[in-house]
Amino acid sequence: MKKSNISVLTGTHTLTGSQACAEGALSAGCSFLGYYPIIPSFDIVERYAERFSDCDGILIQMEDEISALAAVLGASWTGRKAMTVTTGTGFAQMAEHIGLGIMLETPCVIVDVQRDGPSEGIPCNPGAGDVMQARWGSHGDYEIIALSPNSPQDMYDLTIKAFSLSEKYRTPVVILTDTNICSKKEKIIIPDSKDIKISTRKYFKGKKDSYLPFQYDPEDLIPPMVDVSQGYRFHVTGLTHDERGYPVMNDECQELNVHRLVQKIRLFTDDIIDIEEEQTDDAELIVVSYGVTSNDALEAVKQARKEGLKAGSLRLKTVWPFPEKKITQLAKKIDNYIVPEINYGQIFLEVERCARGEATTHFLYHASKKVGTSDHILKLIKKTIK
Amino acid sequence: MSLRYREKPFGFEKPTTPKGELVIIEDRCKGCGFCVEYCPKDVLEISDKYNSKGYHPPEAVNEDDCVYCGFCQMVCPDFAIFTIVEETQVEKERREARKKEKTKV
Amino acid sequence: MGNSKIQKQDKHPMDNLLRMDRIPHIWCPGCGIGNAVSAFADALDKLDFDLDQLCVVSGIGCTGRVAGYIKVDSFHTTHGRAIPYATGIKLGNPKMKVVVISGDGDLVSIGGNHFVHAARRNIDLTVICVNNFIYAMTGGQVAPTTPIPAYTTTSPFGNFETPSNVPQIAEASGAVYVARWTALHMRRLTYAITDALQRPGFSVVEVISPCAMYYSRINRLGDGLDMMKFYYDNSVIKHGEPTDNLEIDYQKEIIVGKFVDRERPTFSESLQKWLKGQGRVHSESKS
Repeated sequence: MKKSNISVLTGTHTLTGSQACAEGALSAGCSFLGYYPIIPSFDIVERYAERFSDCDGILIQMEDEISALAAVLGASWTGRKAMTVTTGTGFAQMAEHIGLGIMLETPCVIVDVQRDGPSEGIPCNPGAGDVMQARWGSHGDYEIIALSPNSPQDMYDLTIKAFSLSEKYRTPVVILTDTNICSKKEKIIIPDSKDIKISTRKYFKGKKDSYLPFQYDPEDLIPPMVDVSQGYRFHVTGLTHDERGYPVMNDECQELNVHRLVQKIRLFTDDIIDIEEEQTDDAELIVVSYGVTSNDALEAVKQARKEGLKAGSLRLKTVWPFPEKKITQLAKKIDNYIVPEINYGQIFLEVERCARGEATTHFLYHASKKVGTSDHILKLIKKTIK
Repeated sequence: MSLRYREKPFGFEKPTTPKGELVIIEDRCKGCGFCVEYCPKDVLEISDKYNSKGYHPPEAVNEDDCVYCGFCQMVCPDFAIFTIVEETQVEKERREARKKEKTKV
Repeated sequence: MGNSKIQKQDKHPMDNLLRMDRIPHIWCPGCGIGNAVSAFADALDKLDFDLDQLCVVSGIGCTGRVAGYIKVDSFHTTHGRAIPYATGIKLGNPKMKVVVISGDGDLVSIGGNHFVHAARRNIDLTVICVNNFIYAMTGGQVAPTTPIPAYTTTSPFGNFETPSNVPQIAEASGAVYVARWTALHMRRLTYAITDALQRPGFSVVEVISPCAMYYSRINRLGDGLDMMKFYYDNSVIKHGEPTDNLEIDYQKEIIVGKFVDRERPTFSESLQKWLKGQGRVHSESKS
């Protein structure tokens, strides 16, 4: 059997954001894509469909989004890096299985190509309405990692990072993107495969009889994983469980379990969180943005600086876990935050919370038709700094 | 095949009752009564004693009649009763051979 | 001559397949799920299965707890989604044998969509559907398989909805092997499960099981043993019977047997054939 190793298309290409995402997945070694077709995420699948058979991958169109994520979780336990793609309506359906993925600590990547909502909304408009859903969509207490690219190159890079984080922290990772980025066509540079750094999941190396699926290492709170068919004969359940994986439904176990699932991410935010700061050292006002809005926000800040206004930009590449410390720290120095979003205020609530009254937080509704323009952000900057 | 061959069962002089043991794991029993009802030789009956969970396990009252058919083992939902059958050599060979064939209803 | 030994602890022949630290299991006295597990264990023993290559996936419900008692790689997933989860495992590692053991509500109600599509695609899964005509774990609510006019907690005046006919749904969706037996027909059930395990493709074995705590108690049908006696008196073996005759009427004849046994290319076979036609060959496993 000849295995092709063209999963990494090293070189310079002109690709859309969707295609870049698919290439990022292939470069990361994703070998399972279970999906349900929905506008606007199917472009990612189309690219993957052209390439998967070269790269030893599996593609399956499931009967709905719920089963798409279930199949991805199942495939992840066979040792494959698995991914699904969807949009807001589909993501809402996947909420239960995100909870299962977190409870079973299954690495996987969910790409949410956001669109204007609620419900069916406008399928081809960019949106950012799923930010809170990514964090709180499933029931119960948990932490999740969500990344937000702002360009096709970023899509490529953050897709690889998403796989890396999901494998390292044994958690589902959400990539929050939108139709605008996914349809934009830009130059992408794909590095050599040896330059791509990706973590792999921590495997258990002890005796088969001694494997306990949720016995974690105290340093990183992450239990080593195994694949099926290796003879470990493990059992895992979505019910509250002890380290053996058996359902033990008492309060102590619940507390320990949830505490660890949450702390597993919270204690390592320094490693996970990725933000880009522009000219924040002497800024009086900072524009906090993410996703496609960050392009417009950065443009507005540059323009404001040209006009002598001391504005800075903080771009969240990692939306969740939210960079609370940074926002609180910067709030002491500055007077105002501006949060433009293509929704009615989701990350704005977090910024306001973390600013703790030290800086006034202003929300700006960056309507989807205004994506690509920065006048109204600039206008608000001028108005606020005065 | 002549009739003479068919008179004798293959490998035996005459049929014999299997030998073996009947084992009841009392603490697993939940007193459902399936084994008692479906024993073809009426070997078992529900006893009066209690197991550690408060159920009445069965007891073998006609143990000499037991032919170790294994149906109690099959029909018990709790893995609480089983038989150990001493096989003759011929039976063992036959069983191995049957296992290799595709089993059909 | 025989002698019986009554012992506090001894090794049942199936103990190597069970998680002994969790036995005795949680199912009620007179429940037939234990029989389904026993038949499954027996079938694995007869086939001399490599248990490392077996995976059991179950959903939520009384039957959903089966995964927790069988000592193989097992998953207790969400309600109704055992089949897509199993699909992911099977496609991710085609060498494994993946068995879905779940209840009627889990497979045919919330999981109905997945049941139909997995059968349509002919994913190589073996599905053991334990049908007790009720949602037992949640307290006895009406199920899609509850016959007319049985009482349940949510049909206090008798169920009026036409019950699902599991073998018919399986056949219409494209399953390659469909059989139905009761918890009493242990030998035949074991043979059916061995058949289903060996058949490549989507095989369904429905096990009619008593529910002593809810279905038979609410309907004044006695306990588990009384239901077994009912199966003894009223089940009729009709192999090859057309599946549209297999609906279960309340306390009437239950037709059991093997109804569908055919061959169709499985999803993996079709995929491999397509890949070969494209000049590419797929690897079997990542691990």
